[in-house]
Amino acid sequence: METTLKVSKIKDGTVIDHVPAGKALRVVSILKIENNPDVSTTIAMRVQSDKLGRKDVIKVENKYLNRDDLDRISLIAPDATISIVNNYQIKEKFTVKLTKTVVGILRCPNQGCITNVKEPVNSEFSVISEKPLVLRCFYCERNMSEKEVIAQL
Amino acid sequence: MLKNKSIVSIDDVSEPEITEVFSVADRMLNALELGKKLEILSGKIMATLFYEPSTRTRLSFESSMQRLGGSVISVSDVKSSSVAKGETLADTIRMAESYSDVIVIRHPLEGAARLASKFSSKPVINAGDGSGQHPTQTLLDLYTMRKYFGKIDGLKIAMVGDLRYGRTVHSLLLALSKFNVEVTLISPQILKMPEHIKERIGKNIKVVSRENFDENLDAFDVFYITRIQKERFTDQNEYNSVIGLYSVDAGTVAKMKKNAIIMHPLPRIDEIKPEVDYLPNAAYFKQAFYGIPVRMALLSMILEA
Repeated sequence: METTLKVSKIKDGTVIDHVPAGKALRVVSILKIENNPDVSTTIAMRVQSDKLGRKDVIKVENKYLNRDDLDRISLIAPDATISIVNNYQIKEKFTVKLTKTVVGILRCPNQGCITNVKEPVNSEFSVISEKPLVLRCFYCERNMSEKEVIAQL
Repeated sequence: MLKNKSIVSIDDVSEPEITEVFSVADRMLNALELGKKLEILSGKIMATLFYEPSTRTRLSFESSMQRLGGSVISVSDVKSSSVAKGETLADTIRMAESYSDVIVIRHPLEGAARLASKFSSKPVINAGDGSGQHPTQTLLDLYTMRKYFGKIDGLKIAMVGDLRYGRTVHSLLLALSKFNVEVTLISPQILKMPEHIKERIGKNIKVVSRENFDENLDAFDVFYITRIQKERFTDQNEYNSVIGLYSVDAGTVAKMKKNAIIMHPLPRIDEIKPEVDYLPNAAYFKQAFYGIPVRMALLSMILEA
């Protein structure tokens, strides 16, 4: 049974659904909207969900997500559903997709990795496992855990 | 199979390629023993960029190239090179690739060789990057085991000493996971094999860890001893607490299987006493020698002479 949310519909913006329970605040922090006076945000945490048992939902008014936002969200909410809302209507709906490689978003936690000094390269990680999330640095081959990923986002 | 291929990690060399390297190394070894002059890589140039001191590996690569008839250019002192002026590794590599056919790099930072391979159209060989990988050392280690036992499958191997910082044991453990072997990791708590390496070998092979060296010594075919590296410690007290903890002398060897071998990537300090050098179990100088045919094989295959 999908929960009926006791929050109003948004006119324009983005609804991020199927966020793992308890991770909504982290997703909001990724979006860096806390200081934007034009963006209002509604968060529902640990609501019932047929798909996930419990889930978080975020409604962000007056903001559409860019590729970088989606890539970051996919790292901590790989099953998230994104709805693009225009004039109270859902114009587009899709799930985020965790790409096989994560480029330029995260810093390698290995201090001895060449990507942490001045070299003309982006960090690059391959996804070794989605659940639990494990990334491997393309350069130093060290694994990065979900905890380390979340700490950076 | 390895033509124009960079060898940055031991994972860059597949099992069939390892077999082929050994087969070519056997032919190189035969030529060396017969004193045959080889000109397979005549006209080819190898650039060696050593950002960290390493007499042994550098000499081994340079000797291998010259024994194949090729020549060598090198940055002899990084401190006086353009690196000291702030040049990036990426730029140094783009310069070096235009001067040479293959680049051999040693660097204190992990991933440096992979970065080099990204910026070079010429093959790059990793001669050690930080605490990361040292794939050619691993190949010669495997080759040594194969030369002594005729096989690698079925061996019981003890890795002893600094398993935390020692890149040779990191690469070796990853490589051994491709074979049917049993590995015992013997180190003090603070020098344990990093979890990120153990995670990568998964359950491919049986691996157990312990701290005590002097027990069941007759259970192993191979003892891979490593030096506890003073330069890797930031805390002198920590270093003092582990130095001299594992030491192999004639009495230790007497407790081993008769045909067990003792390997070491060298240099050693006091972890193997000089008296052991004269015992048939001492394989470490032979192991260093096998670096020549193995690196000759790699260079000839990469440059496909």
